Amino acid sequence: MSIVVVAVLALLGLAVVFGALLGYASVQFRVEGNPIVDQIDQLLPQTQCGQCGFPGCKPYAEAIANGEAINKCPPGGEATIQALADLLDVEAVPLDAEHGEEKGKMVAVIREDECIGCTKCIQACPVDAILGAAKQMHTVIASECTGCDLCVEPCPVDCIDMLPVTKTLREWSWARPTPLPVQNSNIIATDKIDEVAA
Amino acid sequence: MRKLWQFHGGIHPDERKSLSNQSPITQAGIPEKLYIPLQQHIGAPAKALVSIGDTVLKGQKIAEAQGKISVSIHASSSGKVVDISNHPVPHPSGMLDLCIVIETDGKDRWCELETCDDYSTLQPAQLLEKIRFAGIAGMGGAGFPTEVKLHPPRQSKVNTLILNGAECEPYITSDDVLMRERAQEIILGMEIMAYILEPGECIIAVEDNKPEAIAALKTAAALTRIEIVTIPTKYPSGGEKQLIKILTGKEVPSGHIPADIGVMCQNVATARAVYRAIRFGEPLISRITTLTGLQVQQPGNTEVLIGTPVRWLLEKAGYAARKQSRVIMGGPMMGFTLGNLDVPVVKTTNCLLAADAKELPLPPPAQACIRCGMCEQACPADLLPQQLYWFSRAEEFEKAEQHHLADCIECGACSFVCPSAIPLVQHYRYAKGKIREQKLEQEKSNNARLRFESRQARIEREAAEKEAKRKERAEAAALAQAAKRAESATDASEPASREDKSALVQAALRRVEAKQNQQAIANGSAEPVDIETLKKKLLRAQDKFEKMTAALDSARTSEPDRVDALAKATQASREALEKLKAELLAHPQNNEGSTPEGPALEELESNLSKAQGKLALMLKTLEDARINKPETVEKLERAVEKNQERVDAAKHALEHALSSSRTSEASSDKNDTTAVKDIT
Repeated sequence: MSIVVVAVLALLGLAVVFGALLGYASVQFRVEGNPIVDQIDQLLPQTQCGQCGFPGCKPYAEAIANGEAINKCPPGGEATIQALADLLDVEAVPLDAEHGEEKGKMVAVIREDECIGCTKCIQACPVDAILGAAKQMHTVIASECTGCDLCVEPCPVDCIDMLPVTKTLREWSWARPTPLPVQNSNIIATDKIDEVAA
Repeated sequence: MRKLWQFHGGIHPDERKSLSNQSPITQAGIPEKLYIPLQQHIGAPAKALVSIGDTVLKGQKIAEAQGKISVSIHASSSGKVVDISNHPVPHPSGMLDLCIVIETDGKDRWCELETCDDYSTLQPAQLLEKIRFAGIAGMGGAGFPTEVKLHPPRQSKVNTLILNGAECEPYITSDDVLMRERAQEIILGMEIMAYILEPGECIIAVEDNKPEAIAALKTAAALTRIEIVTIPTKYPSGGEKQLIKILTGKEVPSGHIPADIGVMCQNVATARAVYRAIRFGEPLISRITTLTGLQVQQPGNTEVLIGTPVRWLLEKAGYAARKQSRVIMGGPMMGFTLGNLDVPVVKTTNCLLAADAKELPLPPPAQACIRCGMCEQACPADLLPQQLYWFSRAEEFEKAEQHHLADCIECGACSFVCPSAIPLVQHYRYAKGKIREQKLEQEKSNNARLRFESRQARIEREAAEKEAKRKERAEAAALAQAAKRAESATDASEPASREDKSALVQAALRRVEAKQNQQAIANGSAEPVDIETLKKKLLRAQDKFEKMTAALDSARTSEPDRVDALAKATQASREALEKLKAELLAHPQNNEGSTPEGPALEELESNLSKAQGKLALMLKTLEDARINKPETVEKLERAVEKNQERVDAAKHALEHALSSSRTSEASSDKNDTTAVKDIT
């Protein structure tokens, strides 16, 4: 009998100790925020374009963490969808055409002699990549521009163009080697027989 | 005899060096035009110092190094700068880059040069400055700025200084002939480098397939401490890390540079350039280039001015472009095919190989990898080329990186031995490029995120500040109002009770009534007074209504709880206004049209001035809005336009009224109604 009591007490004691440990750890090592949101946010292209219907990449990341579809990001395209699918262990789905098509990298360029200095584009820019002041000419800091398109619509004189980013010599990299050609070879004798038969 | 080690792998391709190393170095001469690219090295491109039309002398600096890792560019011959624009440059992409184009005058006049008979009178720092000024970049192929490389790096001392004369790639013999003919200059250049670095030992490594070069170097180095080491011929023993392994047995750790293990490698041609820069003050404006291949009738080595077009050079050597022939810059293993022969020779151009399809056949179509493992046997960097191939092909770049893709020297040994003729190096280059691209993109997106977040924080902060200011203002207004009320209360001699107060009100009302009656009597007639008071009332009601609508608008934005009450009040005021309006219109005198002209004109004038005042106010708000609230500008502009119309109408009406009293009456009415309509 006493053995049973001892065992029960011992287990109880262990439970108390580990419970206390776990309780302490859950308070002491609490993770602020949802780490998966940050991981998703890392994968999104950070254009902050809002094409997904959310006001920025972080909100979309939060929405994805809450079960939103992963195929609403046209700037990220298939690569981002694939990365998100890998991260969340879900099926990769094709890009939702409703939110736009995957385009190449773009950069906004202001035709500066037409700019009237209204500052509307400055307020529209989600990453503060447009420089200028009221009644002064504005210009885009090309290296900071995410190509999100948001400055084009507010411009009252339509002096902003979205141009594709051209690669310079210094950004150039080798193209992918042509993949293996589909083997329609005549190496094996039976192939030839098949051809004749066909 | 020095103990030599072996590096893993390596191959023995057909050398074909005898094609070009049989004849002495020739002078290529001066072409009509020199195309000198602003970037011929690793690092930042140089910045042009000359402009179109300038006359330049041979050796004159025409572009200044920008930033730490960069080299200056000098005019290779005297002449006139005719263009600074994009031209084809030697690059596998075939893209254009900025070049300074010099039309040579054939006189080849040197600018003044600073010679130095004894380098040991100068400090190492001064020597380095001279090397930097001379624009020397590594001449073995990569083109890393020599001055930067020679700087004692990160406190680590260079124990072994190695001059690389291995020249392991087939066809190329430019270092070979240089060592044969200019051995003395190479030795002196190495002594200068040794003076700067103070290494424990100085080695010149030469492959054993260059006996003449070894003999020449040994003679030249007889009285110095420089050791000439013969190494076995094997490709790629000229690779920096491979050569270090052969000579010292040490391996450069992944992600480090040789200086981290106390070794430094320099090319023999670089040593010679250093000597000429210090001794004669000559900048790097020419180099020895091998012209070879079966398509060239007179193969050999020639001293070429930097910027000489390849086509001009090849044609001088008897090259005739034939079908299926290609020109490769660099060797057959690591070079790249030139798409355009108008590119110039640059500081890193050690070989131009013109080969036809028979000599250098295009690789057969790639077959499937059979996992034979021959690439692993050949890899001089101890990598697993097969694994890297799979990862690169499947775009699993992360795994490729884990398998040390970055350590691949792209020597081509794996492709060379591959029985399936898979272009392995191309796959690695593609993967490396992609990885670099992804890293840049990641960096950019991180940057964008930071900017977005800081902008968001700024907007929130500004909104909070605005709110705080608004509250402050409201409080101040409330306080002022309370003070005013208190003041007026004391002024009214503090009525004791409610009765007293109502009595006071009654008295005031009576007074007003009496006054009105008096006025009526004074005017003699009741009717004109009536219409005038009506009009006055209407004006007052209009004012009140305007104020109320304004209050309602502001309440809508700031105090939603008050909106309902205000809306009701506004409605009531509008009703009162309409009632008054109706009364005025229904007034017999008005209908009779016998009103004296005075009041109607006055009213018209007041209307006009009011409209004008409003217009001015609106213009002012518009101006403010342009600066502060661009989103409202458009609306305001529309409003201003409307107001302008109104002012015009009022003006028009006034003019009409002045010309004829009858029409003035009618238009005044019309004006009034439009004004009321506008207000509502």
